[in-house]
Amino acid sequence: MLKMTGLSKVYRTEVVETYALRELTLEVQEGEFVAVMGPSGSGKTTFLTIAGLLEELSAGEYWLDGVDTRGLTDRQRSRLRNEKIGFVFQSFNLISDLTVHENIDVPLRYRGLPASERRRRIDAVLERVGLTSRARHYASEMSGGQQQRVAIARALVGEPRLLLADEPTGNLDTQMARGVMELLEDIHLRGATIVMVTHDPALAARAQRQVYISDGQIMALGMPPHLVDGGHASQLATQPSEPV
Amino acid sequence: MFGYYFNLALRSLRRNIILTVLMIAAIGIGIGASMTMLTVFRAASGDPIPQKSAQLFVPQIDNFGPQSGMPAQYADLLTPDLTYIDAIGFLRSQAATRQAAMYPTLLAITPTDPAHSPMQVDARATSGDFFPMFDVPFKFGGPWTRTEDDGHASVVVLTRKLNNLLFGGSNSVGQQLTVGGKPYRIIGVLDEWHPAPRFYDVGAQTFSGEDQLFLPFTRAIDEQMSTSSSFNCSGATGPGWEGMLHSNCIWIRFWVELSTARDVASYNTFLHNYAAEQQQTGRFHWPPHVALRNVTQWLSYNHVVPAAVDTLTSVSFALLLVCVVNAIGLMLAKFMAGTGAVSVRRALGATREAVFAQFMVEAGVVGLVGGLVGVGLTKLGLVSCRAVLDEDLSVLTRFHGSDVLIALAVALVATLLAGLYPTWRAMQVQPASQLKAQ
Repeated sequence: MLKMTGLSKVYRTEVVETYALRELTLEVQEGEFVAVMGPSGSGKTTFLTIAGLLEELSAGEYWLDGVDTRGLTDRQRSRLRNEKIGFVFQSFNLISDLTVHENIDVPLRYRGLPASERRRRIDAVLERVGLTSRARHYASEMSGGQQQRVAIARALVGEPRLLLADEPTGNLDTQMARGVMELLEDIHLRGATIVMVTHDPALAARAQRQVYISDGQIMALGMPPHLVDGGHASQLATQPSEPV
Repeated sequence: MFGYYFNLALRSLRRNIILTVLMIAAIGIGIGASMTMLTVFRAASGDPIPQKSAQLFVPQIDNFGPQSGMPAQYADLLTPDLTYIDAIGFLRSQAATRQAAMYPTLLAITPTDPAHSPMQVDARATSGDFFPMFDVPFKFGGPWTRTEDDGHASVVVLTRKLNNLLFGGSNSVGQQLTVGGKPYRIIGVLDEWHPAPRFYDVGAQTFSGEDQLFLPFTRAIDEQMSTSSSFNCSGATGPGWEGMLHSNCIWIRFWVELSTARDVASYNTFLHNYAAEQQQTGRFHWPPHVALRNVTQWLSYNHVVPAAVDTLTSVSFALLLVCVVNAIGLMLAKFMAGTGAVSVRRALGATREAVFAQFMVEAGVVGLVGGLVGVGLTKLGLVSCRAVLDEDLSVLTRFHGSDVLIALAVALVATLLAGLYPTWRAMQVQPASQLKAQ
C-alpha cells in the first residue's frame, strides 16, 4: 500500500539545511494498522505529510498503492489525496461554517460525485460513527469526541485505501479517546490500512505494528525484519518508551 | 461546482460582516463615482449616427482670411458656418450625393384649431436631403423633394411632439398650418428622433436643443426668416435682406453625404477649386484654406465633450482605482484569515484551480453586490450632477438600462481583478500547514 525507499526531506534556507527525514525506508502492507512514534521534532509529522502527499519529498522514492508519486502535478496529487487517502487530524480541522453533513461532503464535492451518491455515502458514514442525528449541527455545537468522529467520517466517506491519523486522540479526554480508538480499530477490522502518529504508547500498543522515528530516521518496534532499515533496530532497546 | 462555491461565498461573507461591508462599500463608492461621470461622458461623446457618421461631412471654407484678427494660435481654425453666397454655390454645384444647407430660426405658428393659441417654435430651414441624409424617421408622410426645394414650396414637416400638441397625435399630413402668417401644407410628421449630441447643429444647445418644425431653405429665404443662431460678419454689409444675403457674413451650416473614399477625395478637390476660384475672382485675397470633417471629427473639432466632464471622468476612474486597491487589501485580509479552511480543503483533495475558483466566485459576489450599491450611488450622483451642470448638459445625466449592465460589468471586472492577488495568495497555502501547525 505504502512504500518509502531512501526517502529524505530537507528544509533549506539561505544559511541552513535541516533534514526532517533522512533516508527513511518503510513499507506498510495493505490492511495493516501501524502506529508511528517518536519525540517532538523527530520527523513524525513530516513523515505523515509526505505519506499524505501534502508535501513533496527531497530525495528517495514513495510509491502509494502502486503509483510512483515523484513528479506528479498538483492536480494529480490532489486527485490521489482525494481518492486514496483519508486524513484525521489532532484538532479535527472541521470547517466551522459548515454543518456536520457539509463537512463530510467536502471530499466528495471535489470528486465530482452526483448529489444522490454523496447523500447516500454521507448517511451511511454518519450512521457508522453514530452521528446521524447531528447531521445538521455545526462543529461548535458538539463535543471534542463527536467532532473527531465527524472528522473520521469525513476521512472515511471517500472510501480511501489509506487512513492517516495524526494524534487522533490528542485533544480528547480518556473516555472520548477510547471511543475514537475503538472506532479506528473497527475501521481497521473492516479492511482499512491505517497509519497513526501518536505519543501515547498505550494507543500505539493497540496497533499491529509500531514504528519509531528519531532524527528523521526509522527505528522499529515489533516490526517484521524484512521491513526494517537494517542496523537501527538494536538501538530501539535503549529508546525511552514514552518518547515525547 | 459554481452553485457550491456561490453558497460558500455567501457563508464566508456572512462570517465577517464588517470586512464584507467595507469591501462592498469600497467597490460601490468607486463604481458610483466612475459610473456617474462615465454616464455623462458616454452621453456627451457617443456617436449620434453610428451607421453613417463616416459618410456625413461638414465642408468648411475660410471666409475671413488670415487678417481676420484671430490670435495666432487660432489662425488655422475655420469658422463652422458658410455665407449665403457659398452655401448657394455649394448647392448648385451638386458635388455631393446628398447635400443640405440649413439654419435655425424662430417661427410664429397659428394652429387651425382655435382651441390652441398661436405660439413660437424652434424651426429649421433646410434642404429636403436633410431627412434621408440623416436617416430621420417619419411617422406620417415624408420629406419634401428637390423639386419642392427648387419650387420654393410652402410645405412643412412637424416633429412628433409638435404634431401631438397641435393634432393630438393624429395623421396631420395634408392639413394646413399658418407659419409666419402664411399657409403651409404639412407633408410629413417625424417619429421620435433625438440625436445626442445634436451633431448637425453643435452650438448653444448641443444636447438639449430640439427643432419642432422643418421647412424648405429656399422658402425661408424668400420669407426673409432670419437666423436664431450666430451671425458673424467680416467687412460691411449692404442694406436690408438682400444686402445680408450678399454680405460676407457666415450663418449657414452645410452638410454633405459622401458614400465612398473616392467621393470624399472628389469633394475635397471641389472645395479646393471653389476656394481657388474665389481667390481668382478677387473675393478672397488668400490662398485656398478648406476642410472637410466627418461627424466624429466635427464633434471633436467643436469640443462637444466639455473639458470639465473629460477631467472629472479621469478623476473618477482614479478614485475607482483607489477603491479597488482598498478592496484588494480588504480581500487579502479576509482570504488570508481563511487559510486554515483552505489547507483542510487542499488536504481533502481540492486542487489549486478549485481554490482559485472558490475565491474568485466570492470576489465576484462582492463585485455584484458592490455593483448594485454602485448603481444606487450612480443614480444619486447623477441627480447631484443635474443640480450642478448647465441646463443643456443636464440631459446627459439620464441613466439608461444599459448603464446598469455596464455598472455591474465594471464592478464585476474590477472586483475580479482586485481578487486576483488575494486569491493567488490563498492558492499558495500549503496543504500541510494545518498538520504542521498542530
